[in-house]
Amino acid sequence: MVPVEYYLGLSIVLFVMGAVGVLIRRNAIIIFMSIELMLNAANLAFVAYAYEYQQISGQIFVFFVMAVAAAEVAVGLALIVAIFHTKQSIDVDEINLLKG
Amino acid sequence: MISDLLLFFVLALVAVASALGMLFSKNAIYSALNLILNFGAVAVMYLILGAPFIALAQVTVYAGAIMVLFLFVIMLLGAERLRVGSSLPYQQPVSIALAVILLVLAVYALLFRSPASEIASTAMPGFGDPAVLAEVLYNEYLLPFEVTSILLLVAIIGAIVLTHRKREPRS
Repeated sequence: MVPVEYYLGLSIVLFVMGAVGVLIRRNAIIIFMSIELMLNAANLAFVAYAYEYQQISGQIFVFFVMAVAAAEVAVGLALIVAIFHTKQSIDVDEINLLKG
Repeated sequence: MISDLLLFFVLALVAVASALGMLFSKNAIYSALNLILNFGAVAVMYLILGAPFIALAQVTVYAGAIMVLFLFVIMLLGAERLRVGSSLPYQQPVSIALAVILLVLAVYALLFRSPASEIASTAMPGFGDPAVLAEVLYNEYLLPFEVTSILLLVAIIGAIVLTHRKREPRS
């Protein structure tokens, strides 16, 4: 069996890549996908620890994270569509109405 | 042991490569397809880690429902390509530096974490069995489960309200 640290290391790498995606990409949809990648990395850490400690609660947390992610995607994509209808763009640099 | 390691590294390679592909694709459609590949690789890891229910939920909910929603919105808006370059020239190096700091801190925390306590490290009978999972979910976590249904209802209403456009009166 592969040690649990390997899975945690992979989880860290995926999370950091998601964070980089949020920071460097300007397309709102790709930023959103990067957030999904980070949630997925957190889920991987949950499942790896659930396996290490043989506690089923970790998997139940992953279940709830998935439900919340689904709700978040529905609302977030609706927001992106609404922004596109007003600005004709989903470039986050152009959403600057509140800029002083 | 060797085959386990080999399987892990192949899956990890697929996961990291597809995440990189998602990050650096010019076209949002390719990003979405790469992300689906990533979710598939992670789902296989869930299977190895004794979580078959979570693995299948990952495939149906994430790779199925959520990514189809993404693809629909990308095609609906027709905005899969954006101009390159940012209006903040210093943003890219700063964000890379911050990401490296985050990576170093997380690896530090992983290497020097406090040693695992001895509680319940013995193998639990039927660990990861969907029946056991359901038993705990519907007894111990019944209230959060019910709250989740309200959350999903609010999300449905929110999505409809946000995308609903008032029809112009005809006359």
